[in-house]
Amino acid sequence: MSIDTRTPVAEAPRQAGKPGAGRPTGPGGLHTAGQGLLVVWALLCVVPLLWAVLTSFKSDREIFLNPWGLPSEWHFENFVRAWTSANIGRYFINSAIVVCSAVVLVMLLGAMVSYVLARYEFRGRNLIYYTLIAGMTFPLFLALVPLFFVVQNLGLLDTYHGLVLVYTAYALPFTVFFLTSFFRTLPGELVEAAMLDGCSHAGAFFRIMLPLARPGIISVGILNFFGLWNQFLLPLVLMRDQERYVLSQGLAVLTANQGYRSDWSALFAGLVIAVLPVLAVYVTFQRRIQEGLGTGALK
Amino acid sequence: MRYGKYRFIASFLAVPLLLYIVFVVSPYVQAVYISMTDWRGFSAERNFIGLANYAELAGDTRFWSAMWHNALLLIVVPVVTLAIALFLATMTTLAGRRGSVGRGGVAGSRFYQIVFVFPYVVPLVIAGVLYQFFYNPQAGLLNGLLRLVGFEWLARPWLGDTTFALPAVMAVLIWAFVGFYFVVFSSAMKSLPSDVFEAAVLDGAGRVRTFRHITLPMLRDSVQTSYIYLGIMMLDCFTLLQVMLPDGGPDRSTEVVAQYLYRMAFTEGRFGYASAIGVALCLLTLVLAVVVLRMDRRARVEF
Repeated sequence: MSIDTRTPVAEAPRQAGKPGAGRPTGPGGLHTAGQGLLVVWALLCVVPLLWAVLTSFKSDREIFLNPWGLPSEWHFENFVRAWTSANIGRYFINSAIVVCSAVVLVMLLGAMVSYVLARYEFRGRNLIYYTLIAGMTFPLFLALVPLFFVVQNLGLLDTYHGLVLVYTAYALPFTVFFLTSFFRTLPGELVEAAMLDGCSHAGAFFRIMLPLARPGIISVGILNFFGLWNQFLLPLVLMRDQERYVLSQGLAVLTANQGYRSDWSALFAGLVIAVLPVLAVYVTFQRRIQEGLGTGALK
Repeated sequence: MRYGKYRFIASFLAVPLLLYIVFVVSPYVQAVYISMTDWRGFSAERNFIGLANYAELAGDTRFWSAMWHNALLLIVVPVVTLAIALFLATMTTLAGRRGSVGRGGVAGSRFYQIVFVFPYVVPLVIAGVLYQFFYNPQAGLLNGLLRLVGFEWLARPWLGDTTFALPAVMAVLIWAFVGFYFVVFSSAMKSLPSDVFEAAVLDGAGRVRTFRHITLPMLRDSVQTSYIYLGIMMLDCFTLLQVMLPDGGPDRSTEVVAQYLYRMAFTEGRFGYASAIGVALCLLTLVLAVVVLRMDRRARVEF
């Protein structure tokens, strides 16, 4: 699918103020086709998720016999079964603990580093900045083998705080990249005034700059939340204790074990449970996320 | 004052940098060294064997076939994803009939802007599980749909077929990533200067011409950065493939390098060899980035 390149059909000029899409020769057929494609893509975005939600209320038999229809009976107990006997509840709580702690920690540490890098001149500043940024471009799995042994040697394998520290370290480059440019845009006069009034460097950061940087910190924090909630490779290697699996791991195992005695309806209920928090966060903050993604990509 | 400043800088940098060095920098550096040993894991024994792992890698057909799958993903997924994202972003930010000059999307753009991002926020593991079911030969929605509209002969075990397994996975990747680049391109388009578009309108340029000769050249940097980013991601692809086709697909027809590396390291315990795979792939990533940037420079001179 790409841009429709058929020869434009001539059409009467539209009103003034028509956007850059080319008013005088603006082809009506092309326009309609384009809108049709938008509808198609919107359906592709929504239907699979809607279908998953509907399926999660069906019985196993119905999932296979009537995959398209509405559930004949709404089996809410699928969710109870997923939460308890399929362990989704435990995995969900594990994910919540690890991801939330890591996001808070990375935002605090990331803001501290970014502030210093953005606001202070000192030797080695560029070296530190570029070393941090380089972490965004290297593929994660290159580090996988040594990372496993680093974590093992520190006695952090299969622990919450171990995974939190690793998540934090790997989310740092992205966070610093965004926040450094954000701190550069904030006015410095306030800090200078505060320092003249006897405020310390750290005081100026926590009392003045951090509150000012709130919008940036929230957008980056949300993006980190998505990224870490999505994380699969790191917990797969570093969290092998089934009691402490995070959600993505748990779901993957659950899927892999769907064989002869499968419980598809509980699996789908589990999927819905896992998507809900991210969708809720997205819908709540969607304007801010779009701004955040936009400014970040433009540098 | 001066003294206080440096103490402050040091105190703010110490903890984050320590974490970063221990968990990020040191593993990457160690990986290079481990790749030159015959380390088999949990024993302390590791001998330096120089480039022997790399020599073995050069003749390892399984590695090259995994590499080929990554190459296919790298060629197909970014091109299709970015094309769709550009199209959707153009339609919803520039192609509308109302709004200020050079701006505004078609009717319903606000709605599309929210909905198009849904797949991106769905964790890849979940997308993998959903689509595994979608492609299921008996109960799968895809085959069901094909039978419904009378294309019974097209129905097949999508993920069990050596020809179709990889394209089926590509479709899911495209579905998942378009949303992100849609947002990136949309905001890039919003920041373009409007007078150029006004001029194009006055000169009678059509939609397609405006897109090809104005929008696209001005978005060059965004598109290029996106291509490199998506390309780097296509060299990974571990999550989705491990969920959808954990055994590397029918006849290993979908195994990617990251899966091979994971298996070598954590199933077979060949840590030295696995690290060599990682380093080799990383070098190729760098080559890719340089080639894309180079090609762009050449194109820019003609511009």
